[in-house]
Amino acid sequence: MSAKQIITPALRAAVHAHSSKLTPELSKSAAAYLSSAPTGGKHTLPDLPYDYSALEPAISAETMEIHHSKHHNTYVTNLNASLEKLDGAVSSGDVSAIIGLQGALKFNGGGHLNHTLFWENLCAKGGSEFPTSGPLADAVNARFGDVETMKKELGAMTVGVQGSGWGWLGFDAKTGRIEAATCPNQDPLQATTGLVPLLGIDVWEHAYYVDYRNVRPNYVNAIWDVINWSKVEERLTSAQ
Amino acid sequence: MITRFTLLFTLATSVAAGATYELPPLPYGKSGLKPMLGSKTLEIHHDKHHAKYVNTMNSLVEGTNLENQSLEKIVRSSYKKNQALFNNAAQAWNHSFYWKCMKKRGGGEPPAGSKLADAINDSFGSYDEFRKQFSEAANTAFGSGWAWLVCNRKGKLSVCKTIGADNPMVSTSAGIPILTCDVWEHAYYLDYQNLRPNYIDVFLDKLVNWEYVSENLERAMDSGLCAEL
Repeated sequence: MSAKQIITPALRAAVHAHSSKLTPELSKSAAAYLSSAPTGGKHTLPDLPYDYSALEPAISAETMEIHHSKHHNTYVTNLNASLEKLDGAVSSGDVSAIIGLQGALKFNGGGHLNHTLFWENLCAKGGSEFPTSGPLADAVNARFGDVETMKKELGAMTVGVQGSGWGWLGFDAKTGRIEAATCPNQDPLQATTGLVPLLGIDVWEHAYYVDYRNVRPNYVNAIWDVINWSKVEERLTSAQ
Repeated sequence: MITRFTLLFTLATSVAAGATYELPPLPYGKSGLKPMLGSKTLEIHHDKHHAKYVNTMNSLVEGTNLENQSLEKIVRSSYKKNQALFNNAAQAWNHSFYWKCMKKRGGGEPPAGSKLADAINDSFGSYDEFRKQFSEAANTAFGSGWAWLVCNRKGKLSVCKTIGADNPMVSTSAGIPILTCDVWEHAYYLDYQNLRPNYIDVFLDKLVNWEYVSENLERAMDSGLCAEL
């Protein structure tokens, strides 16, 4: 077997499973190396950086366990299955099948991307305060005036998502500013809008129904307590 | 002798009396569909979700020319014209319809030899094929949505799915809805968590109110009208 045949699956798995821990330079070069290889490779459910109960009382252990081990896991499983089908369609040059798979890829791929980002932008209450100075504070103040206004605006947009979707804080590389945005279903922020995701808030009912029933505003208000602001800032400085 | 004043007064009060849509009660009560759907589920789904759509719709039509129109009229008029009103009016319609599509000890196949059973066989080949298509639609409505059985004027049935508040009466030309299943997560989360397929199976095997579906079929074929809600 050639070096590429041995290294590629392992490297691909490393890139996908631990992409948040790789430096941007390494991810980019790994992606370039892999881009000549066929699609896919096995994606895996990332471990949470904390216990299921770590985000209580904002989000219960019960919710975290079902959300992570069932919902996110299903996206990963179905993404892998869709990518396998895509490999087959690409190899046989079946354009119609390639196009037909786009819905499942967006849904399951988006679900995997979004949830991976989500777990990492959460942490135990008290684990991360919003910084009073630095790049994140500057960006928030420039766009919203102050952090409380940002929470109010982003919160309102996020609560207002019709049906299933996500609220996002994103970075616009063209303007150099941060923006608040929402996306429906599992549509991933960057592929859909071009904004680099900094902070995601899941408002699919499965994210909050056990703890808050239909009262989505209470969930969105509570989630501010468990945001990992240093992770948000790290994503911003990487993107700037 | 009916004076002009009396006539105007009568008209005014009858218009005002029909001004708002009232949240219909659950046909079977909160505990009526246990253990398929729990009482907490029905309570929150009906008293919170459905009620909110109804109240929001009523406040949005107040003082407009849609104020004393039927629910169906409001849905059709707002489609693609007023998204906020449509989201609430269509969800009010969809939920009122959904409750009636279920009953205690329902589900299974419609009575053999009935007009409905014949229509299913003609349109799908068999009940099993209908069940397969309906399950697939319900399970693959990515996100929040609904699965539907619709009927056109010629009695041809088909299955479709919609996202959000969409209703095939406006969003397709396939026909009139005669059966629906709510697959927004709030419809099943407390009882089934992420296991939507289990909820769909239970809906089809234990809950579908085929008598109501038959009435809707007759009405759709006779007059092309949706169920009265």
